[in-house]
Amino acid sequence: MQAPSDNLPRQTPRAEKGADGAGSDVVLSVTELRKSYPEVVAVERVSFEVRRREVLGLLGPNGAGKTTTINMILGLLSPTSGRIRIAGIDLARERARALGQANFSAVYASLPGNLSVRQNLMFFGLVYGIPRLAERVRELLGEFDLERLKDAKCGVLSSGEQTRVALAKAVLNRPRLLLLDEPTASLDPSAAQTFRSRIRRLATEGDCGILWTSHNMYEVEEVCDRVLFLSHGRILLEGDPRRLPSEHGAPTLEELFIRLAREPLAQSLERAP
Amino acid sequence: MRARPVAGILLRQFYLIRGSPVRALPMFAWVAIDIVMWGFITRYLNSMSAGRFNYVPSLLGAVLLWDFFTRIMQGVSTAFLEDVWSRNFLNLFATPLTTPEYLTGLVLTSIGTSAVGLAVMLALATAVFGLPFFSMGLMLIPFLLVLFTFGIALGILASGLVLRLGPASEWLVWPMPALLSPFVGVFYPLATLPHWMQDVGHLLPPSYVFEGMRAILAGHALAAGNLAIGAALAVLDIVLAGYFFTRVFQYAVRTGLLARYSAESVS
Repeated sequence: MQAPSDNLPRQTPRAEKGADGAGSDVVLSVTELRKSYPEVVAVERVSFEVRRREVLGLLGPNGAGKTTTINMILGLLSPTSGRIRIAGIDLARERARALGQANFSAVYASLPGNLSVRQNLMFFGLVYGIPRLAERVRELLGEFDLERLKDAKCGVLSSGEQTRVALAKAVLNRPRLLLLDEPTASLDPSAAQTFRSRIRRLATEGDCGILWTSHNMYEVEEVCDRVLFLSHGRILLEGDPRRLPSEHGAPTLEELFIRLAREPLAQSLERAP
Repeated sequence: MRARPVAGILLRQFYLIRGSPVRALPMFAWVAIDIVMWGFITRYLNSMSAGRFNYVPSLLGAVLLWDFFTRIMQGVSTAFLEDVWSRNFLNLFATPLTTPEYLTGLVLTSIGTSAVGLAVMLALATAVFGLPFFSMGLMLIPFLLVLFTFGIALGILASGLVLRLGPASEWLVWPMPALLSPFVGVFYPLATLPHWMQDVGHLLPPSYVFEGMRAILAGHALAAGNLAIGAALAVLDIVLAGYFFTRVFQYAVRTGLLARYSAESVS
């Protein structure tokens, strides 16, 4: 297997340019992000960016630092060092303004089950400060096929329906940056495919960039324009998910994932070209 | 501070109360039961004293004011606990919502819910048991304001404790008013207490309200300076409680407690 670069975290020239703040197309710029706890370093000097209309996959085994990275981008966890800019706005300095440009959906963060679909959208719409909210909610209920479920409590919906509601909430504020943490984890293959098509459409027709984590390599190949492979809190690989396997001597992306996940970090670093 | 996010917090609580009689009932049921029970106790005591002393204003009035304070405090903490119970922290705090906006939303919720309780208590106590509540005149306003401010402070403190210590610590929240009540002299003058309890009582704003209430009912002049101390303490407490919550929130963001909080809720 061909190894990643000797200069971790690996970045493309395009990413470096964006990280310097150049170009309005950059919706997320993460620079030298680090999170350490007394016993462990969860994320180590991670830098990357997401551009408008791009779906970036954040891959890695459990405990690699994906959710920690996403939590830092969402302002739920403060970094030990490093900088996060959402749509050019520094998260540490202007938290509210930066988070107003982002939104997210995660399988472990379901919406309050004791509110109906419409009530949840109204509640979060106000919190995000959406203008003409009632109109926006009506629009989303139609777009996500939720009209007949609008008065149902979210807690009684099926996984697929809950995922649709969560996605409707995630696009309420027309975010520049959309974070999706294993959004299809609880969906059946058919529902997952519909969800992926929707996301793909959002990326190509909308105005946002998407950061996506998933353990399903098939869907990563289908949806993501680019992937980052994280292990032990560091970026090991970056590239096109359709080309990466052949570039690294693996038959499939899944095989490449398994090899990287099982390989000790030190070995990966030593084998870097 | 922006109005729309605050309105969002308020709207969410409105939806919950409107859709659930179980949530609406405690707004007035327990305080109504308290007033009825104490109303009959005061009637009995009046009959025993054969008209020498009217227990209604001093006992029933004290119960009413204390229940108002309790409802204010629990109004804030219950609104906060709704987010704990529904594991909503990740969704909520990944938004542009600021801590002052969130706390303001909780306070407004508490004003709404406790106003219902106060109205029910006043109606019952005055109409059924003849409480001459308004005989205290304009002094009612500072009394209620001091209790309101301290209730908000205690509610914010309790919310900060739950955020810091985890969902199970909600059991520390409910007995808080009961824990304070012996020190603030709800039913007796502070002078009745041992010195160390009086010292504690002097640090608690409600003590000044209940001492003031008894002074007025006994026909004495109210020591305005004492009430001003109570008001100043209540304002100081609300500032300290806001500072405490903000520091706990910052700690939760720094250590990952906030991100893990929903997982802790499951355990």
